[in-house]
Order: sequence, then structure tokens, then C-alpha cells
Amino acid sequence: MSGKPVLHYPNSRGRMESVRWLLAAAGVEFEEKFLEKKEDLQKLQSDGSLLFQQVPMVEIDGMKLVQTRAILNYIAGKYNLYGKDVKERALIDMYVEGMADLYELIMMNVVQPADKKEEHLANALDKATNRYFPVFEKILNHGHDFLVGNKLSRADVSLLETILVVEERKPDALAKFPLLQSFKARISNTPNIKKFLQPGSQRKPPLQEKDIPSLMAIFH
Amino acid sequence: MSEKPRLTYINGRGRMESIRWLLAAAGVEFEEIFLQTREQLLKLGQDGSLMFHQLPLVEIDGMKLVQCRAILSYIAGKYNLYGKDLKERALIDMYVEGISDLMQLILMFPFSPPEAKEKNIATISEKATERYFPVFEKVLKQHGQDFLVGNRFSWADVQLMEAILAVEEKVPSVLSGFPQLQAFKTKMSNMPTIKKFLQPGSPRKPPPDENYVATVMKIFKLD
Repeated sequence: MSGKPVLHYPNSRGRMESVRWLLAAAGVEFEEKFLEKKEDLQKLQSDGSLLFQQVPMVEIDGMKLVQTRAILNYIAGKYNLYGKDVKERALIDMYVEGMADLYELIMMNVVQPADKKEEHLANALDKATNRYFPVFEKILNHGHDFLVGNKLSRADVSLLETILVVEERKPDALAKFPLLQSFKARISNTPNIKKFLQPGSQRKPPLQEKDIPSLMAIFH
Repeated sequence: MSEKPRLTYINGRGRMESIRWLLAAAGVEFEEIFLQTREQLLKLGQDGSLMFHQLPLVEIDGMKLVQCRAILSYIAGKYNLYGKDLKERALIDMYVEGISDLMQLILMFPFSPPEAKEKNIATISEKATERYFPVFEKVLKQHGQDFLVGNRFSWADVQLMEAILAVEEKVPSVLSGFPQLQAFKTKMSNMPTIKKFLQPGSPRKPPPDENYVATVMKIFKLD
């Protein structure tokens, strides 16, 4: 049969972390091949493994998938984390895309010039608490455990991941959102995610300033 | 039965144009509302029509859909332009996402300062001819079929066609090294729904001009 999916990326969160989350939430074991230097990326490029010369790349079911969204869509579809019909899928897509915008903002903070960093972060956190979190707090008013269709989907995984990333920068980010607080507790306790949140899992730590130069060296 | 989808945006391409292309390619008639003031945008946000207070907005099948990809995926799924199974879907997603990276450069171009414009055109040309177009040239050459995926018209074909025309507006000779893409462009242009969309008077919007840039800056108050 097929082997485990193999993830190709540096040993950091970046654009691969949401893939790690989704596979983990689906209970799928995966292997990782870490890019450590420029030559590692160049090798993948020259052997034709990367459709657009870029990572993330995930080897799964005989395919070499690139483009984060394509990878996530495939995993979500394969492991039934994408709703039961086109309308649930549309809701999930809207929620996930909104969260991706917020996640991207937070992720980009670390590469802002020093004099812009603080303002950029303040803007990102403001968006989290005033644009994005209120939407999901309101959705959870439906009283179900999960965002869409009363069933775990990639939207729940994405929301938990985003909440934790925001809390790393602002520990009290959920202070005004009781439903998100109980959502966070509940989803964190589902077995696969609980395991992923424990030390020793394949979850990656936040990016440290000292690691940025070696990461940049791979891509530039 | 269902009413026509209704698109709310400004009167220009921006992030709505790919949606206009896809609906048109699917042969779906739609209505459009064009915002002209920031107050209109804020009002839409206040009355709960915009999930994240952003456009595009497409009202379709009783839903108020926002986020381009959510909208495009829904339309593709509904009108059978998303492949026949998960694997075809994955190919379509990869192709569309790659093209979308190229289109992002085109989207941002009108907002770059005058002194950067020449360099930006060079970047668009380089990325198109060295990273993106070679991929699709190879795909078409390898299977020899008319369409990118599964021998059947899909969202990927529409997106590639849109991108080819958009890049050609900036770099007219961009397809000179790509015979497969030239043939693809001709075939797509002759498909009835696309042919109609390419004619004057269709919902297709003209290339962005200064007026468009001013409207965007005013309404969206870009940081």
C-alpha cells in the first residue's frame, strides 16, 4: 500500500505547520525530510520534484503535491475533514481563508524591519481581537462543539492553531471570548490533537530570531 | 428557481475578476453591484453582509460568500469544473494556486510607484516565462489533450487563460516560446462561453487605470 506521507520543508513552522496540524488531527503519521541548506532545496528543484520550484512539498498517494492550499485541500478531502456537501465546504473555506489571512499577518511579523515590528504586531493583534475572533465567537453560538455541521473539520483545526499562535504573542487574547475559550479546551482535548500538543510531537516551536539567517540562506 | 448570483465589488478587475471569468466560462449569468464610496463598504460591514468586512462578496444560493478562494471553489464545484475525483482536484488546485501566485504580481502592479514599474514588468515576465508557463507547456505537451486536467474543461483552464491574457497585456510577446500555450489560448478563445466573455459589452473589466487605483485607495483605505 502507500507509505506514510513525506513532508519536505525546513525544520520550522512556516508554511508547512498547518499541514502538520491537519495530518496530526486526522491521526495520520508522517515523515519529514528537513531542508537544512540551499543545496537541499536545489536538489529537489533539479530532480523535478517541485512543480513551481518551491516548498512546501508533500509526497502522498504517489503524488508530489505543492502549494499549501492544494495540499491541505487534498488531506481534508481524503480524511473527511471537509464537510459533507458543497455548502458546508463553502463555509469551511470561508472560515479557513479568513484564518489564513490572520495567520499570515502574524507569521510575517518576524520578517518586518525592526522599526516597524511593534506597530505591525499591534495591527495583527488588533485584527485578531476585532475582526476575526468575534466572527468565530458568534458562530459558536449555535451551541455545537464544532464550527461546521456538528462534526470536526479542518476549520476547527485551523481555528485552534490560529488561537494558539495569537496567544503566543498575546496570552490574554481570548479574554473577551468565552465560547472560544471552551472551544480551545475542548478541541485541545480531542485525542489526536492532544497528542500533537504534547512535547516530543512533530509540532514545531515558534521561530526564534537566531534561526532566521539560516532559513533565509536556504531560500535566497 | 434560484436567482442569478450577485457580485459586489468596485467597477474594476481586482480580486473579483477571476470570479467573473469562472462564472462566465460556466455560462452563468450574474448581476453586479459596484461600490463607489467607502461609506457603502462600511455599511455592508455593519449590516453583517461581510464576514470579515472585506470584498469580494458573492451572493449565491442563499449564501453571502466572501474570500475569493471560497467563492471560486464553490462555483467550480457547483458547475463541474473541479475534476472528477480528489486526485484531479489536487492537480487543479496546484495549477490554480501556482497561477494565482503569478496573478498576485499583476494584481499588485498598478499600486507600485512609477519608478518601480519597469522592474515589476520584468519580474512578471521572468516569473511567467521561467517558472509558470513552462509547467503548463509541459503538461499540455505530455498528454496532448486540449485541457489541463482529465481531458475535460476545468477551473484550471479558465485560470490559465485569464493569466495568459493578463500577462500579454504587459508583455505582448510572452507566449513566443510556448507553442502549446499558443494553441491552448486559441482553443480557449473559441469556446462559446469564453468567446462571449471576450467580446465587447461582456462583464469582463478593462485593465486597471489610474481611476481604478484611486477608487481602490479611497474605498479600501489600503495601509
